[in-house]
Amino acid sequence: MAGVGPEGPVDGALLPHALLDRLVPLHVCIGPDGRIRSMGPTLRHIMRRPEDDRTAGGAEFFALFRVHRPSGIAGPADLARRAGERLQVMLVDRAEPVLRGTAFVLPRGGGLLVSLSFGFGVIQAVRDYALTDRDFALTDLAMELLYLHEAKSAVAEELRNLNRRLQGAKRAAEQQALTDMLTGLQNRRALDLALSDNLGRGLPFGVMHIDLDYFKAVNDSLGHAAGDHVLREVAGMLMDETRKDDLVARIGGDEFVLVFPGMTGTDELTTVADRIVQRLSEPIDFEGQACLISASIGIVISTAFDAPTAERLLAAADTALYASKHAGRGRALFHDGAMPPSPPAVHAPPAGH
Amino acid sequence: MLGLINRAIQCFLRDTFGDAGWQATARAAGVGKDGFEPMLHYEMAETEALIAAATGVLDRPRESLLEDLGTYLVSHPNLEPLRRLLRFGGTGFRDFLMTLEDMPGRGRLALPDLDLPMLTLEEVGADRYVLTCRSPVPGAGHVVLGLLRAMADDYGALVLLEHLGAGPEGERVSVVLLDTAHWAGRRFDLTAAEV
Repeated sequence: MAGVGPEGPVDGALLPHALLDRLVPLHVCIGPDGRIRSMGPTLRHIMRRPEDDRTAGGAEFFALFRVHRPSGIAGPADLARRAGERLQVMLVDRAEPVLRGTAFVLPRGGGLLVSLSFGFGVIQAVRDYALTDRDFALTDLAMELLYLHEAKSAVAEELRNLNRRLQGAKRAAEQQALTDMLTGLQNRRALDLALSDNLGRGLPFGVMHIDLDYFKAVNDSLGHAAGDHVLREVAGMLMDETRKDDLVARIGGDEFVLVFPGMTGTDELTTVADRIVQRLSEPIDFEGQACLISASIGIVISTAFDAPTAERLLAAADTALYASKHAGRGRALFHDGAMPPSPPAVHAPPAGH
Repeated sequence: MLGLINRAIQCFLRDTFGDAGWQATARAAGVGKDGFEPMLHYEMAETEALIAAATGVLDRPRESLLEDLGTYLVSHPNLEPLRRLLRFGGTGFRDFLMTLEDMPGRGRLALPDLDLPMLTLEEVGADRYVLTCRSPVPGAGHVVLGLLRAMADDYGALVLLEHLGAGPEGERVSVVLLDTAHWAGRRFDLTAAEV
């Protein structure tokens, strides 16, 4: 083809090939006959054409390329009419990349120059075709875009890590705020939350208020280490005797409150309470010493009240608990609604302790 | 100051001197053992306290410790993303040198709060340059020197680097380019391998 050589001018164009290749590595020159006169090196690369196949074998432009937008561009004449407008151009044999560009009419009937770029698809294209900096014009911002993409990804990753650590710390803090550190049971705050949650959702439930009998005697005679050991053992027993979704909270020295969602039958609650009293009445070994305690329990059922509140329920359970204490300890009593508030209980050591 | 800088020092100490080295430094500097969060802000004084504590605890001269820090930033596998970002600075080491002045701007493009040392490159002869580094952290020039040494390795270039001391404009580092393609250098693809 006359006038077309590695250093010669493109037909009708003002620039030698080598310069055009550097300036617009993604270009196509189309002759007046609609055939490809020249393609830039990056375009040859992604089309997997041999390095010296500048004209794609003299193929027609529209045999290899498709103008996706604007629609209705089917031949060189259509392309010339839309010269200067933004185009989306694809290769006929693949869905990616979608190149963006513009067509220019060359002077002296020299055909068209289509100048293309990868646009946002550049990152994918670099990956798919192993492009290097030499595949881009020196003025192309592709390198900057790649740098920025990577820098921002690294920053986003750091922020994700930070959020993960903060979320972990938050969860641990929340857990700690709801946990009794000595026994690992829930604490008073967790109890309040559980009660207001159940009441708020209108779910019926049973409540047991447990006070250990003779715990003070263990503490006084065997020391705080023994007392702490007993509390931890009791915690384990209470967990054993309750269901997974029941709440077991330690709300004071030797006071526990249990919440049983959905459990409102007196028989059912009595069975559980009796089992707890029985378990807690077994001697607990501490360094060879038997610690003897027992439990007094007050039970209340949320449905026994027309307008149950956490305060009312806990006060009623407390009243029932002191009734148990007065009735001789080591037992469970229900709040019957008519029981008068009890005077402060007098702790007396059990016979033989 | 952005915790990223302190975090980099923390990782350098931990990866170079082990967890014990980092813990001892942290204690001496009055820093919690979990150290710094890269995306949170800290007082400038904490950076200084950290460096001072490290030189004392590890019994290392400040200059060599900071130079090793600079080398670590480029060459340690844990910091591969940083090496890659630096490699975007140029296709060869000479190219990289020429864009060094843009480094604070590049850093801010990624993280608007990131304050990197201000760098000025002066051509003093054929393949001879003097890089001036201005930073609130004394000895930052040594970090830059260590970083340049590792980057030269990365590009496969042979260079002579020397810290010329501090002038009125900042710390000065002499760079003599002996051979820009002495070794093959390390591979750099424009897109990172997907993980």
